[in-house]
Amino acid sequence: MDYNTSIDTTPLTNIELLRFATAGSVDDGKSTLIGRLLYDSKSIFEDQMEAVKLSSERKGLAHVDLSLLTDGLRSEREQGITIDVAYRYFATPKRKFIIADTPGHIQYTRNMVTGASTANLALVLVDARHGVIEQTCRHSFIASLLMIPHVIVCVNKMDLVDYDSRTFNKVVEQYHDFASKLDIKDVRYIPISALNGDNVVNHSENMPWYRGASLLDTLETIHIGSDYNHLDARFPVQTIIRPHANEYHDYRGYAGRIAGGIFRPGDNITVLPSGFTSKIKSIDTFAGPVEEAFPPMSVSMRLEDDIDVSRGDMIVKNNNQPEVGQDIDAVLCWMSAKGPRPGAKYYLKSTTNEVMAMIKEVIYKIDINTMQRLEEDKEIKMNDMARVKMRTTQPLIYDEYRRNRITGSLILVDEYTNETVAAGTIRA
Amino acid sequence: MYNKYYLNHLQELESEAIYVIREVAAQFDRPAILFSGGKDSIVVTHLAKKAFWPSKIPMPLIHIDTGHNFAETIAFRDQLVADLGVQLIVGSVQKAIDNGRAVEEEGLNASRNELQIVTLLDTIEEHKIDAAMGGARRDEEKSRAKERFFSHRDEFGQWSPKNQRPELWNIFNGHKRMGEHFRVFPISNWTEMDVWNYIMQENIPIPSLYFSHYREAIYRDGAWLPNSEFLVLKPGETIEYKYMRFRTLGDITITGGIESDADTLEKIVREVSATRSTERGNRSDDKRSDTSMEDRKRQGYF
Repeated sequence: MDYNTSIDTTPLTNIELLRFATAGSVDDGKSTLIGRLLYDSKSIFEDQMEAVKLSSERKGLAHVDLSLLTDGLRSEREQGITIDVAYRYFATPKRKFIIADTPGHIQYTRNMVTGASTANLALVLVDARHGVIEQTCRHSFIASLLMIPHVIVCVNKMDLVDYDSRTFNKVVEQYHDFASKLDIKDVRYIPISALNGDNVVNHSENMPWYRGASLLDTLETIHIGSDYNHLDARFPVQTIIRPHANEYHDYRGYAGRIAGGIFRPGDNITVLPSGFTSKIKSIDTFAGPVEEAFPPMSVSMRLEDDIDVSRGDMIVKNNNQPEVGQDIDAVLCWMSAKGPRPGAKYYLKSTTNEVMAMIKEVIYKIDINTMQRLEEDKEIKMNDMARVKMRTTQPLIYDEYRRNRITGSLILVDEYTNETVAAGTIRA
Repeated sequence: MYNKYYLNHLQELESEAIYVIREVAAQFDRPAILFSGGKDSIVVTHLAKKAFWPSKIPMPLIHIDTGHNFAETIAFRDQLVADLGVQLIVGSVQKAIDNGRAVEEEGLNASRNELQIVTLLDTIEEHKIDAAMGGARRDEEKSRAKERFFSHRDEFGQWSPKNQRPELWNIFNGHKRMGEHFRVFPISNWTEMDVWNYIMQENIPIPSLYFSHYREAIYRDGAWLPNSEFLVLKPGETIEYKYMRFRTLGDITITGGIESDADTLEKIVREVSATRSTERGNRSDDKRSDTSMEDRKRQGYF
């Protein structure tokens, strides 16, 4: 069956959004796989396809090079590689997908981290002929470090190993051994051939021994409803809404996006870091007040009492509070060409808060290929991962990253160049 | 267990966009919305209305007027500004040509599209705008697929695609030097389909040009180019009377329409979901080369 014919052209409205990240380098079939997902879900338009065909012909290629669809920048097209994260979109009648398409090479680790930071799911490609290699480990480690809840391991190029089940099982075993050292909740394995389309959209007749779902089926049905933290109520305040109009003379709303838990009118709350307490009077949206607010809703909150609340503060429930402190233990991914200057101060941004911070100590660096701690080499360079201790000038309100990806993440901004120099995940 | 607590994809995209718009208001001193009169900037304006309700939108709209407009666009703009009670800043390309800041293109395919860059940058500088929000989407074009939500511009207003700041989670870095500014794209993650579904769901007014209507047009480069006082006919081209509509709106000299009988939002959504070509396929400004959008963006285009 050709998937194209089964596409329903009625408008897509009540469907979920799944964000997934892919990483890969030249020749591992990543572009082909993405091209196939886009093509088979009718997300490539005729004029785009025509342009790619023409460009392929101009380059003297015998086949249509689908990577030309995804590599958009002049320098990428010239060099034939993916450098920056590109975002792609496709939808089926069941879900809408955002792909963060990232380069796989170690020198672009920072781009991979960027793409992975917002993903619910990571697609890891393994060449069936080569099994788990260094790059597989690196990509999986990054997925684990950034707490991507789901990983799909696509064992690709099954056509080149005669669709052999033993080869597939060997890769699964290898990956399973390795992944037991990681912090990934949900790993699935699918044998595919991106080139021929086996198990990408439809179940492959070449691999009757595989009884699982195809890649697209898996992407469409994997349960992502519990990916947000619904336990710890967290509301970072972005801005204050005060209309200054007669009609809304005394209106004072705290605008923000729910970062965790569920808030309801009447809840007893504490404002951090001040510690003032109050009760939620109403939770407002343009469409009217709501009875419940949960992540990732953008709302505006009114409180019973007139207390001092400003941007960067966090509204939480009395009985469940985050950490408030100035000593931060975090794993940083360094993103700048220049390493940290000794004694340098950085703007530390986390949720809507911004404070100044210094790196007090590098505890160890991590070899991202082997996950080994490097206790001797403590000089941080671009693309390095390092566990550090930081000290902030003002208290930071945070949770452990593994508990909440929103309140547990941070970036460092150089106070002179204004560059984003590091991304950090906070440890307990 | 928490099945009740999820947003559908349009609600999630809306929430994300409102978050970005509020970050702009909080992080910058003089933000503005770039308003072209097209559906994407109309959606951004609608989202801004929702983000600050019951306050008014706390920033002006900027319209870059090429002088080659659809009359309907200008009427729509003025009505919207009056309804919202916000300030409108108009940057005039004609004025830039008159005072020698910009030089008019010549020839059959001449357009004022690239000239907008000069006027836009001048307007941003004159009003000391430090963040200009626009309706560009990553699905529109391949160089836009690499854009950030917060896109940094140097003091010449230029984009440096190889040197973009990494953007992680939803933490946006709006730090900059004096004289630099940001372009911000709250609906980066929306597709054309999302925009239309959202317009229908929210019942957002849009210019009549998007609905099928009769008008004079000529067939050029695979699209129906509207007749106007600026149109120069090539040999062999004839003006026809067509039932047509526009999928995107820009300068009247470069915006091609399609034959269509979609005269309601429902029909438009149905037509867009069945269509097999991109919306910018009818824009002659994007047909100049493989990287024409990237090249214009580097110079300071939207």
